[in-house]
Amino acid sequence: MTDLLLDRYQEIVGEDVVNNLRQLAEPLRGTKVVHVNSTREGGGVAEILHRMIPLKQELGLDPSWEVIVGDAEFYQCTKYMHNTLQGNRFEIPQPLLRRYEEINQENAERLRRQLEEADFVFIHDPQPALLLNWCPERRGKWIWRCHIDVSRPYRPVWKYLRSYVEPYDASIWSLAEFAQPLYHPLYLIRPSIDPLSEKNIELQDSELQEVLERFGLDPDRPIIAQISRFDRFKDPLGVIQAFRLAKTFTALQLVLAGGGATDDPEGEEVLAEARAAAMDEPDIHILLLPSDAHRTINALQRISDIVVQKSTKEGFGLTVTEAMWKGKPVIGGEVGGIRLQVHNHHTGFLVNTPEGAALRIRYLLTHRDKVEEMGQKAHKFVLENFLITRHVREYLTLMVAILKGTEERIELQ
Amino acid sequence: MTDPFAVKDCALIAIATGERANDLRELRDRLETTRQGCIYYHFWGGLLRPSFDDPEYQNDFAVWAYHGLHDRFLAERLALVDPTDFDDLEDLRRELIEIIEERLDENELVSWTAAHQQFQFTRSQIVVFDTGIRISKPEELKGLIPQLTVGSVFYHFVDARRRTSNKNDDFSEWLMGFGDSYDELLEQIASLDPYFKSLTELRAQLGEIFEEYMYT
Repeated sequence: MTDLLLDRYQEIVGEDVVNNLRQLAEPLRGTKVVHVNSTREGGGVAEILHRMIPLKQELGLDPSWEVIVGDAEFYQCTKYMHNTLQGNRFEIPQPLLRRYEEINQENAERLRRQLEEADFVFIHDPQPALLLNWCPERRGKWIWRCHIDVSRPYRPVWKYLRSYVEPYDASIWSLAEFAQPLYHPLYLIRPSIDPLSEKNIELQDSELQEVLERFGLDPDRPIIAQISRFDRFKDPLGVIQAFRLAKTFTALQLVLAGGGATDDPEGEEVLAEARAAAMDEPDIHILLLPSDAHRTINALQRISDIVVQKSTKEGFGLTVTEAMWKGKPVIGGEVGGIRLQVHNHHTGFLVNTPEGAALRIRYLLTHRDKVEEMGQKAHKFVLENFLITRHVREYLTLMVAILKGTEERIELQ
Repeated sequence: MTDPFAVKDCALIAIATGERANDLRELRDRLETTRQGCIYYHFWGGLLRPSFDDPEYQNDFAVWAYHGLHDRFLAERLALVDPTDFDDLEDLRRELIEIIEERLDENELVSWTAAHQQFQFTRSQIVVFDTGIRISKPEELKGLIPQLTVGSVFYHFVDARRRTSNKNDDFSEWLMGFGDSYDELLEQIASLDPYFKSLTELRAQLGEIFEEYMYT
């Protein structure tokens, strides 16, 4: 097996795709690129960065990844911000906002030199968004990457944050409907999954068997799974309700599994609510997994018959992408990026209620050939559209476009 | 002596303009003022975006009329607008507005959509890069076409129509440089409608045309 990442991707996506990346990266050779986010483990952003950095390096860029360091008050504030930007109406207490600003300032002191010298700085999500404010001597282009759905934010919070993100040179959004108008260009880039990561590589049957045994799952009865953070927007209680409605006709098992993220203080509360709703029912398996349990998550997705992602708000929904990559049909909430991935009767079903989810679970379990057919289509759809190679291509395109100006057509010589 | 054919590739990056429409009147109003790049993107950008099988409707305006406004009449009329029939994007813009005005006249109630299904006006930037591949004889196109990336097909067969003086594809433009030797082949290429096909279908059909022509 080759050591070069690009060669390994080429085996999956083909030579054209990789050649394309090499050509696009050529004018960016040696470019210093810094990514900043708030956690190194847990959550889709960290996962993408873990692989994007070495990939950019192999393409000749000079990338690095920094993580801002905060305290409990800071993460409480950014969790409130996350929820309010996605629509919850809640006034963030002023002392928490002051702490948010202080932490950003402290991190700016620590990272200033590196950030000010970079050709490109990508700031992910609201947590480190204020760094730009304390880097007045910056020479490169600063881009704010917003991974969440800000289509209908709680206005006072958005107004506060907007004043800090407006001065960026550009922002990136997962979907046009998530974006808020700003004076700079609003680029649209969908996130991706990495087919070579522990979470997505092929696994041996023996490993799948081990996971079945470890969690006391019965291989002879269908398994429905939602693999997601314990977050109210992911609606774990709705999933339990859907499971109860569906199991009347088929003996089912439900797995609700989630990892913790260091920047999510609300997780434990939601986990407790889910456990209470499960009422010790033996066929409901609620699993709190460590943030690095990537292979376990991979195995759980692979041993599932159907994957559910019944979110009521969703950024893009990379857990949907992961499940589809493993050839599973997905029953997903009709929100956010799930709508781009789940196409009714092709790759799964979009639903709005626990009843809807239950209906589709029952349909798929009584049409097993459809499970197979949709799973194959889902895999192909991800292969062609949502792998990291496409994501990197768009980042490279964006960097070239920003370097060369804002005109509609950029011809590289 | 005709210059060698330079094979190029391209990548498109989408940019939200922040302009939105909730109902048909708003769509018409925004269409009157939005930049040409948006109209181009909503007709042609879909070729390079994730899509599933054959789309029901070829352009984003028709898709929104159907899924956002649930107006099948309008969706069907908008879907039939073929951008290759128009001299430029301004003419295309006028046609779209005309169709929408007609629908507004027919319908006393203005169709509207839920907030999460607004029409989002989007434009794009295209980055074009040279693959370094050159061919000097038309016969070489036969082997080249099946090897092209979808980005190359888009650039040479779709995007070319905005760049070339004859609003033609790049292959035809280049072949014309060889006098009338390839008139028959040019006619066959001209019969390919780029609007109602995916880029992979276009590549396959273009490949067939060259294969057949060069073989006979």
